[in-house]
Amino acid sequence: MEEGVVNEILQGPLRDVFDSKQLITDISGSGNNWAVGHKVFGSRYQEQIVEKLRKAAEHCDCLQCFFIIHSMGGGTGSGLGTFLLKVLEDEFPEVYRFVTSIYPSSEDDVITSPYNIILAMKELSEHADCVLPIDNQSLFDIISKINLMVNSGKLGSVVKPNSLVTSSAGALKKRQEKPFDAMNNIVANLLLNLTSSARFEGSLNMDLNEISMNLVPFPQLHYLVSSLTPLYTLADVHIPPRRLDQMFSDAFSKDHQLIRADPKHSLYLACALMVRGNVQLSDLRRNIERLKPSLQFVSWNQEGWKTSLCAVPPVGHSHSLLALANNTCVKPTFIELRERFMRLYKKKAHLHHYLRVEGMEESCFTQALSSLSTLIEEYDQLDATKSMPMPDVPRLSIAV
Amino acid sequence: MVSMSIVTVQLGQCGNQIGFEVFNTLLNDSHSPQGLCCKRENELYQVSCKERFFSEEENGVPIARAVLVDMEPKVINQTLSKAAQSGRWKYGQHSYFCQKQGSGNNWAYGYSVHGPKHEESVMNLVQKEVEKCDSLSGFFIIMSMAGGTGSGLGAFVTQSLQDQYSNSLRMNQIIWPYGTGEVIVQNYNSILTLSHLYRSSDALLVHENDAAHKICAKLMNIKQISFSDINQVLAHQLGSVFQPTYSTEGSFHYRRNPLGIDWQVQPHFSGHPTLGKMSLNKELHFNTSIANLVILRGKDVHSADLGGFKDPALYTSWLDPVNAFSVWKTQRAFCKYEKSAALVSNSQFLVKPLDMIVGKAWSMFASKAYIHQYTKFGVEEEDFLDSFTLLEQVIASYCNL
Repeated sequence: MEEGVVNEILQGPLRDVFDSKQLITDISGSGNNWAVGHKVFGSRYQEQIVEKLRKAAEHCDCLQCFFIIHSMGGGTGSGLGTFLLKVLEDEFPEVYRFVTSIYPSSEDDVITSPYNIILAMKELSEHADCVLPIDNQSLFDIISKINLMVNSGKLGSVVKPNSLVTSSAGALKKRQEKPFDAMNNIVANLLLNLTSSARFEGSLNMDLNEISMNLVPFPQLHYLVSSLTPLYTLADVHIPPRRLDQMFSDAFSKDHQLIRADPKHSLYLACALMVRGNVQLSDLRRNIERLKPSLQFVSWNQEGWKTSLCAVPPVGHSHSLLALANNTCVKPTFIELRERFMRLYKKKAHLHHYLRVEGMEESCFTQALSSLSTLIEEYDQLDATKSMPMPDVPRLSIAV
Repeated sequence: MVSMSIVTVQLGQCGNQIGFEVFNTLLNDSHSPQGLCCKRENELYQVSCKERFFSEEENGVPIARAVLVDMEPKVINQTLSKAAQSGRWKYGQHSYFCQKQGSGNNWAYGYSVHGPKHEESVMNLVQKEVEKCDSLSGFFIIMSMAGGTGSGLGAFVTQSLQDQYSNSLRMNQIIWPYGTGEVIVQNYNSILTLSHLYRSSDALLVHENDAAHKICAKLMNIKQISFSDINQVLAHQLGSVFQPTYSTEGSFHYRRNPLGIDWQVQPHFSGHPTLGKMSLNKELHFNTSIANLVILRGKDVHSADLGGFKDPALYTSWLDPVNAFSVWKTQRAFCKYEKSAALVSNSQFLVKPLDMIVGKAWSMFASKAYIHQYTKFGVEEEDFLDSFTLLEQVIASYCNL
């Protein structure tokens, strides 16, 4: 809802990739206000949005899903973004809605981001098929670690240009500014790996609709924790088997998760492993067997693994792994978000900025809060089953 | 005397990948230099094999009697081109049907959405293949249980084949997924597939991925096992069953009916092609069988001692081994093996794996996990319960042998 970023893209190296007619901008921005983004700009631009979506959809032989990419902490991405979600559900009910949501780090300078986040989360819970939450703090930590390794020379030769973590702007070199380019690169690679099996051949393909089918056991519980390995290029292209197994181990370590969470010590509802490149079926199976004992799966999904093998690796790598987990480790994140929200809401701080927007009432806040609490409660109940013994479900008895 | 033909329907990624390996194996075997028998014998064998599985094109390149079906295009494209690249055989130019969006590993989507929508197109392709056969023996349907297309659409197509060609045999090759999943909802998809196929298929030939994997690892010593390796093992097993043989009556012609299942019960597969004479299982406890078929190929087939297979201890008490055991033979060797044997068995062998799948699916069903994904497309909780009931009955029946 302001022009700067879009203009920059249209003048940048990718300007030919985007259709300049397929854009909607405004001037003033949403002022980091979810209500402005959702209610004001939502209603103002609804018709245009629908029209442009229809135009894009017409070019598709077979439209399978929408990717919504936005941040949670601001006003446009968060507010208008979630408004868009509802529009997509109404206009294209059969098309999957995948949302990649960037959550701000706790040092974020937008004071009202907790409000924006909670208000947006209600929409995500109700209208998205699948959400991949990503924490800026995690991205930042990962980049910092890579910087450290590169500079300490542990990786041997210099990180290759055009590799996973550099862009042509050489963002790694600028250490004073926040390396958003490098961080965004990680998210971009996440999306690339997510769609690789749909774009390239492999011995075990996986489409996007299979992600939702396998990883969402109950409609509300559709928040997936993602991890990507390897995170840095390795100078040595011939990876000995030990390194390959390391890739699998890393996918489950908390340092590689894209949100601040530790899935290994929480409960898995389901897990997907999407492998790219020179990895064989036997490698995949061996690693699942190896890692299984250290992971806790819910009682009714003890062998809940979804796997895919794509033959084509990412550029500059010989192989890569994307792990998506439906895991109760999101709960602490959600609880923390709720606390941040409550700290502001209890004092009614900054509330007037929202309530003055037409269509906003206090009930919007209480409902959003309640939605999040219900979600946390559901994860709580699942966590409670962790320490319980396997329930004995009697089978049907048949008279022969 | 004309041999009867089989029309193969390959469904989904698994079905198409395996189907390719099967036709490849069949053709390579039929082209083997001499096959350790006289020239005339070899020629008879080749003619019979060709007639069953291939139709002839003008420039002499055999065309597989197959229909390829998938709900996304990549695998079919690969399969068609791999066959054409071999230069020795190919698929029919227009013998495939595909869509773009896949089935999402959702049995309900494959069965209730794709099935009705594409029934006409698929059955038209089948009809074209059937018309090319002088004499149709039946259908061989290759599909996996774990995914959405092979399983769901496969079950639907099998039913359509039953409706339209009720006098022809339907044999389904179903691939049992790895125990530690490939697909999270594989147990749901499996029980829905099995219960539906029980009503519309004549024979379910089962191949377990875990078993084939073990063969690759332990018997063949393959270090880096790929699906291609697994599929070649399966294709080899199938080839050793499907290639021409003589019936026990010692006729001068190869069996007319390659699917040749004369029994009411449904046989399933537990074959391991081995070199040398079939060695007897010396264990004290046998999986009780209803029927066993041994197929011998190559040298010394007529002098092989198969007495052990007629042991009453192998069979259920209400069957006389004479009625339950059959042998098919040919002196013509299979692939490069001087001697090879295959065993097709209908026994309690699969009770344990079946019981495991039903158990896991039941436990998931009890928590209602993923059910909304199925009800969304018209498969209700009742349909699940019906499937569970049927399969518990099957398990109980086999246990009571």
